Amino acid sequence: MDFGFSQEQELLRSTARKFLENECTSAFVRARMEEPAGVTDEFWSKLAEQGWLGLVYGEEYGGSGLGFVDLTVLMEEMGRVVMPGPFFATTLLGGLAIREAGSAAQKKEWLTRIASGRAKTTLAWTEPSARWDAAGVTCKARESKGGFVLNGTKLFVLDAHLADALVVVARTSEGPTPEDGTSLFLVPKATSGVNVKLLPTMDQTRKLCEVTFKDATVPADALMGAKGAAWPTLTRVVERATVALCAEMCGGAQRVLDMTTEYAKIRIAFGKPIGTYQGVKHRAADMLVDVENAKSLTYYAAWAVDENAPEAALAASMAKAYVTDAYRKAAGAGIQLHGGIGFTWEHDLHLYFKRAKSSEFTFGDATYHRERVAQLISL
Amino acid sequence: MDLSLTPEQEAFRATVRTWLKTNIPREWTPMGSAEIPRAEQYELLRRWQRTLFDAGFIGLTWPKEYGGGGLTFLEEMVLQQEMALAKAPPILNVLGVGMTGPTVINWGTEEQKKRYPPKILSCEEIWCQGYSEPNAGSDLASLQTRAVKDGEHWVVNGQKVWTSFAHVADYMMLLARTDPSVPKHKGITYFLLDMKLPGVTVKPLRQITGEAEFNEVFFDNVRVHESEVLGGVNNGWAVGLTTLMYERLTLGFGLQMRLRIALDGLIDLARQMEKSGRALTKEPVMRQKLAQIWIETECLKYTGARAITKLLRGEMPGPEASTGKMAWVDTHQRLQELAMEIEGPYSQLWKGSEWAIEGGVWPQSFLRSRANSIEGGTTEIQKNIIAERLLGLPKD
Ligand SMILES: Cc1cc2nc3c(=O)[nH]c(=O)nc-3n(C[C@H](O)[C@H](O)[C@H](O)COP(=O)(O)OP(=O)(O)OC[C@H]3O[C@@H](n4cnc5c(N)ncnc54)[C@H](O)[C@@H]3O)c2cc1C
Ligand SMILES: Cc1cc2nc3c(=O)[nH]c(=O)nc-3n(C[C@H](O)[C@H](O)[C@H](O)COP(=O)(O)OP(=O)(O)OC[C@H]3O[C@@H](n4cnc5c(N)ncnc54)[C@H](O)[C@@H]3O)c2cc1C
Repeated sequence: MDFGFSQEQELLRSTARKFLENECTSAFVRARMEEPAGVTDEFWSKLAEQGWLGLVYGEEYGGSGLGFVDLTVLMEEMGRVVMPGPFFATTLLGGLAIREAGSAAQKKEWLTRIASGRAKTTLAWTEPSARWDAAGVTCKARESKGGFVLNGTKLFVLDAHLADALVVVARTSEGPTPEDGTSLFLVPKATSGVNVKLLPTMDQTRKLCEVTFKDATVPADALMGAKGAAWPTLTRVVERATVALCAEMCGGAQRVLDMTTEYAKIRIAFGKPIGTYQGVKHRAADMLVDVENAKSLTYYAAWAVDENAPEAALAASMAKAYVTDAYRKAAGAGIQLHGGIGFTWEHDLHLYFKRAKSSEFTFGDATYHRERVAQLISL
Repeated sequence: MDLSLTPEQEAFRATVRTWLKTNIPREWTPMGSAEIPRAEQYELLRRWQRTLFDAGFIGLTWPKEYGGGGLTFLEEMVLQQEMALAKAPPILNVLGVGMTGPTVINWGTEEQKKRYPPKILSCEEIWCQGYSEPNAGSDLASLQTRAVKDGEHWVVNGQKVWTSFAHVADYMMLLARTDPSVPKHKGITYFLLDMKLPGVTVKPLRQITGEAEFNEVFFDNVRVHESEVLGGVNNGWAVGLTTLMYERLTLGFGLQMRLRIALDGLIDLARQMEKSGRALTKEPVMRQKLAQIWIETECLKYTGARAITKLLRGEMPGPEASTGKMAWVDTHQRLQELAMEIEGPYSQLWKGSEWAIEGGVWPQSFLRSRANSIEGGTTEIQKNIIAERLLGLPKD
């Protein structure tokens, strides 16, 4: 047993930290918040050069063939700088779905393009019902003339406005359970009848879209995997993406703790640094406990995913439930301990506070995942 | 990152598992709550520890020449996990095994190291910890019990309080002031004190559970031989801190194991109890609470694994080694509160009532759990330590 990072992983961490501190400064993040793109072409091609866009894809696609533990390191660093842009949507939602469910031809085409920075993708899953279970999938895909016709509305779709193709979860039939009859389609955004609308969001570093399908017609080979049997694959993809998201959240929470302790050492009130006072000290200690626990569960989940361990689903839900609460609490405490300055637009804390909140509702909040834990441990 | 074990370690697990199946005493009824030894169980637990000792399943990480197993924390972890699964009885000489042994092995003379650790493991000699005093709890360094040199002996006068197990202990880890003229941390000495020495008086104190598990201990001209000083005169603060460090590590594993047993018991309890015609485990709010405690209990396991990894790599334990106790306390106290919520009005029935659930153990362990955030350093003090030592915030 060795439950720690390897030297190569530590190297990846220090490379990523240096790169992101230079390239993804607060000024860069804020500029991206103001514009729809959320990323610059220059930054995106640098991510490709680092080999990070294809980190978890096989070498045959131009990827690095690394695992989720490696990815955890990178995501922590990205969370540390609240990195904006479609990295997550492209590599971990659209890309991962293609890796898990795509045909050989789809993988060859899309994973290669993603890894080299030439294509962006996303996953169009949730709908206005905001449900994360299979019953929430009402978007229809009707078979017609050797192809499929899609109709319905997807909501909270990450970075769809930037994507070249969307992996769409749609219902091809009604079955005995809501899981039956769900299918995945790889839909080029240029397909006629696909309409994407960028929505204003609280967390401006995360761009959310509405995607509507109005008789959008795709050929038969747009179908990914077996028709009507997409749910287990989708679950697998989302579990993996969730673990990566948890790592990103851990990185953000750690950064808030760092900022807060640094500030508590220099901010003077009543003639002493505020970090002298126990009201501040104890809250900081609570943050540390939460953050360390969050990491323990996240690292375990990343390991379980890499090993394809039977408990991977449970591990992912345990992590998401805990990390969600930990990041939200840490970001809240961070603002509190900064006083008035923490409430300003100028200070970076609100970026973390908002990211914590948007991450909370990505792929299930803590309540949803605790219930999932309850089911998985047969309560 | 790899959580798997080597074939040898897996074999060790299998051996432990098989051994536990046949060796857990038949008279031991595992209770749902995280039991701590109770007076009527002492004899059984003494025998249990002896059985563990004879089989080599205690003191795994201690060197062989001092009665230990010469193994790593990994085997210790495996052992504790298996004990939890098998709902094994707790260790009676918990302070000796968790604190005295490692401290003596770390600081002792060769003679002390040969003399004490083996009998700690075999439970031939039970140890208690004489740190706290009426005017020195959190502020331990201001302790006033005095030891004055007289020939080859130190003469001890003063009083300890809240001393768990003193009424059954053979020896005490005693901190006493040997030099009042220097700053308070510098004039303290660590003694290995024979409780049978003339002048030692133990008075049991009744606690909120109604039981007397801790005591007052009075010293009236107790003569301790100078060979019983551990780690050098006036070096007691450093020696005592080692004890506390080991307390966090070794007891940490044990605590995690008791928590796991308690959680399994709690879930069983929730399955049995009904509300409006359905098992409590089917009630959404209850499911949320149980799942949360499950997550936190598992989390302690992985935080522990991170700490062990650092030790095995020969690195200094990181923050994750220090946050364990606080996290454990918080989870365990919430678990016990939840047990009361699950039992509802039945939580009011004390042992002796035929209506009491599981003989009334949960209300008792619920009350006992209030001490968790006080004993071994209060939560407030733990937070000060974390903030100052790990986060580098300024001292008051
Ligand atoms: C939305 C908003 C509107 C406001 N409007 C006004 C206004 O109209 N007029 C006006 O005059 N002010 C206003 N304020 C300022 C507000 O009163 C101050 O922000 C507040 O008093 C805290 O002071 P500070 O920001 O300097 O934080 P600090 O005093 O620097 O405090 C930083 C942190 O340290 C903690 N801390 C400080 N000292 C201690 C201690 N001894 N023990 C424990 N913890 C301590 C604080 O609780 C806080 O968490 C406003 C603030 C906000 C956020
Ligand atoms: C069941 C039980 C078993 C025990 N067994 C033993 C034993 O075997 N051997 C032994 O030596 N001791 C033992 N103790 C004693 C235990 O270590 C002390 O109770 C503990 O260290 C607190 O000391 P105190 O009771 O004097 O409380 P105090 O130190 O008086 O503390 C009172 C309150 O003030 C708070 N406080 C004190 N200082 C600070 C500060 N600087 N900042 C913030 N808050 C502060 C504390 O957190 C606490 O909430 C046991 C206690 C219990 C409850």
